[in-house]
Amino acid sequence: MKQLMDYIEMKIPAKPEYVGVIRLTLSGITSRMGYTYEEIEDMKIAISEACTNVVRHAYQDDEEGEMVIGFGVYQDKLEMMVTDYGRSFNFAEKKQELGSYNASTTLDQIVEGGLGLYLIETLMDEVQVINQNGVTVFMVKYLSGERETHATIVSELEENEGRN
Amino acid sequence: MNIKIDKQQKNGETLVQIAGEIDAYTAPKLKEELLPLAEGKNISLTVCLKDVSYMDSTGLGVFIGLFKQLKQNDGELKLINLSDRLVRLFQITGINNIIHISAQ
Repeated sequence: MKQLMDYIEMKIPAKPEYVGVIRLTLSGITSRMGYTYEEIEDMKIAISEACTNVVRHAYQDDEEGEMVIGFGVYQDKLEMMVTDYGRSFNFAEKKQELGSYNASTTLDQIVEGGLGLYLIETLMDEVQVINQNGVTVFMVKYLSGERETHATIVSELEENEGRN
Repeated sequence: MNIKIDKQQKNGETLVQIAGEIDAYTAPKLKEELLPLAEGKNISLTVCLKDVSYMDSTGLGVFIGLFKQLKQNDGELKLINLSDRLVRLFQITGINNIIHISAQ
């Protein structure tokens, strides 16, 4: 089990003009970690989709909300969390809550923006959505060559690709 | 971060060139500019995406909407000069089977 090396958190207004700022931050973190260009571009789409969902909901409800984005930097992977309630969350605590959900059922809980969630699922190695005190999207991307221990996820991805 | 939309009319065809990033912020602006171009019968619209450095589902949504509107009035939509990244986006979502795209 590889330990969390660094944790980075950003709290920003749930407004569309800030989604690009998150992408820039993600680019910085992922290039430093050594991801390939393709992987970085995939992750940029995934995190933007998660942020877009939050922004869309905030607008629908006419709320002046905030979103919190957390990056857990590991030696072999990057964990990203996007949550739509305007307070910082306990990273470790949030991860504990993930156990009772699985990616295939939870993604259906958010019906609108289906294409965005489909992209998140396809582009990331692991995805979970928690519906508790707001919605949190939790995503993992492994650094190349670290994926062999996650055979189930990979086969799910291949299944998705095979559909197209 | 912004988007630049350039429109040209030539021999009954409309060519639109887009430069910049298409995301939650710029997609509404793009939609506002593109949809009026699709009003009318038999319109042939070509959109050049050569200078689009980023795009996600918000952009796909705009092009799907545009495609539907054109198709309803017997028009056609062509997306041209897509980067490898953009081609990938259309392929993994299967939208390349619906909307005509061509690579750079």
